[in-house]
Amino acid sequence: MLLFFEQCLNGLQLGIMLFLMSAGLTLVFGIMRVINLAHGSFYMIGAYVGATVASSTGSFLLGIVAALPAAACTGMLVEWIVLRRLYNRDHLDQVLATFGLIMFFNELTRIIWGRQPLFMDVPPWLNHGVDLLPGLTYPAYRLAVIFVGLSVALFLWLLFSKTRLGMQIRAGAVNREIVAALGVNITLLNTLVFGLGTLLAGLAGVMAGPILAVESGMGESILILTFVVIVIGGIGSIRGALAGAILVGMVDTLGRAFLPTLFHIFFHSTNADAVAASLSSMGIYILMAVILVWKPRGLFPAHS
Amino acid sequence: MKKYCTILLACLLATPVLAAEPVKIGMVTTLSTKAGYLGEDIRDGFQLAIDQEAGKLGGVAVDLMVEDDGRKPEKGKQIAERFIKKDKVQILTGIVFSNVAMAVVPKVVRQDVVYLSTNAAPSKLAGKGCNSNYFSVSYQNDNLDEVVGKYVSEVGHKSVYLLAPNYPAGKDHLAGFKRFYNGNIAGEVYTKLGQSDYAAEIATLRAAKPEAVFFFLPGGMGINFLKQYSQAGLSKDIPVYGPAFSFDERILKAVGPAALGVKNGSQWAHDLDNPANKQFVQAYQKAYGRMPTLYASQGYDTARLIGSALKAVSGDLTNLEAFKAAVKNADFESVRGNFSFGTNQHPVQDLYIREVISKDGGFTNKTVQKVFSNHVDAYASECKM
Repeated sequence: MLLFFEQCLNGLQLGIMLFLMSAGLTLVFGIMRVINLAHGSFYMIGAYVGATVASSTGSFLLGIVAALPAAACTGMLVEWIVLRRLYNRDHLDQVLATFGLIMFFNELTRIIWGRQPLFMDVPPWLNHGVDLLPGLTYPAYRLAVIFVGLSVALFLWLLFSKTRLGMQIRAGAVNREIVAALGVNITLLNTLVFGLGTLLAGLAGVMAGPILAVESGMGESILILTFVVIVIGGIGSIRGALAGAILVGMVDTLGRAFLPTLFHIFFHSTNADAVAASLSSMGIYILMAVILVWKPRGLFPAHS
Repeated sequence: MKKYCTILLACLLATPVLAAEPVKIGMVTTLSTKAGYLGEDIRDGFQLAIDQEAGKLGGVAVDLMVEDDGRKPEKGKQIAERFIKKDKVQILTGIVFSNVAMAVVPKVVRQDVVYLSTNAAPSKLAGKGCNSNYFSVSYQNDNLDEVVGKYVSEVGHKSVYLLAPNYPAGKDHLAGFKRFYNGNIAGEVYTKLGQSDYAAEIATLRAAKPEAVFFFLPGGMGINFLKQYSQAGLSKDIPVYGPAFSFDERILKAVGPAALGVKNGSQWAHDLDNPANKQFVQAYQKAYGRMPTLYASQGYDTARLIGSALKAVSGDLTNLEAFKAAVKNADFESVRGNFSFGTNQHPVQDLYIREVISKDGGFTNKTVQKVFSNHVDAYASECKM
């Protein structure tokens, strides 16, 4: 039972990471109608800048402080130079261009930082276990990730439902021409939305730094999961992104954790391990298929 | 320079026909992608041996041609074809990954080409698929797991939890471990290839209460696992073991203190006490400003082995059989100390357990003990040659 609870926490933590990534991606996709494959690159930039600053100053917080504007500024620069030309083009052109951006950023990090993965440590004040229940110790750092992620979700909800900016962004998603005609600078709004999305990706990246290897191409592995999340959640919906992310995190983690045990009960063969491994890595895609059959536009479609 | 010119001139006068054309060596290796540092180290180790002889190996002028296979079997095949057809290369080497080796090696060794492996040595090429034109200078893939299996049994761990990615090499490496480990298996988990988060596996592992953990997770996967394992507070209670692949100096830098004290299996370490090794470690650091890795030592050994064979045939490759016989003699000073070839032309060598230590602000491995002496791989008996 304790193990199940711990695995749920693990799933929640993975889900939160995915939420930070997919919140930005779903905004860009839903509002600007751009498929941005390069979203993982901003995650990578956040991690690299964070790791570099944290190791040279010795302060993890300074690492975060540096990573966020780095990711956001790179994002806005990319929007200004590349994506702005793609809004009225075909999705295929967008995929091609942003795929090129992935390669560009992967090579760029290799040129600047070299091929060797960077080292980033958990800050000492979070490098201990927290006794949640008797017999259940959970790393403080992962709890902090969960906390930050939930705070971001709250902040986004407030931003979108309570502020004027949020209202303009939502309106822009429904009909950009009308919003522009009402005197809102939609171009600037797009740049800001893109900057916000990449800022969140950078935050996810820098928080993943102490847990993962900070290396060139690290964004691609999380990008695929992120796309699954926004398809499940409904494209353009922050609420959907949160629900989808936690669902995907849970299914992936619990599948990896308990399928092998489950298979050993039913099959006594040595193949049980391999079958369970294959099936648990398929789990989230099966989930996606089932949800799309049930709700073709995702759990919380944005413009219903 | 002038001195070399004089020597070169002397050589030219002594063997006027042969010395004119340098012997071409084709290196197909992985220089791009995340794993590019492996090929880089192999190439640098190889080049060091050539530089130490001022452009020669075994007194014979050589021309090393290096191409990047991008870790793609298809590309590796194309490069090898080009080396053989266009450049008339007869000595090939350098492949890092087993899947690239499986695409290239069986094809090239059917021609008049000798392939010397600097790293990848899949079981298929060591057993039934062995070939007289194929030599592995590094090891047979399973060797570095076998040594850990034997050591873990000797230390007295009664149950071990196993972890590897879900692809053929992952299963091979775990099989290598189990071949010499005689305790219980507390669990055997195959993870997704390229997985980054291991929280679920680590929690399950803790609940299984094994006495030790053995993992084969190359590249970034190993970095992720080691960091998360240490963050979960398990490294104090359940020791981790693995083959040397996750513990080279470059990876250790990214893992940081989380890897300290972890024991791993290898055929080489920077502190092996023999003159060839001392000289190599020093020269490598001087030339490239970093500690040599396992891969660099393999590149260096391969170059010097080729040198010893070229010397024996005076750089004449027209009689390839004579060259092969000279390679098989392995008459060179290996940085590993003992080195000879078995019947399947894979190394018969000593295998060690090393421990990760911190040194001069960085991390490296120190030798703990020799586990196998003159170890022969498990597939040698299947090879009919």
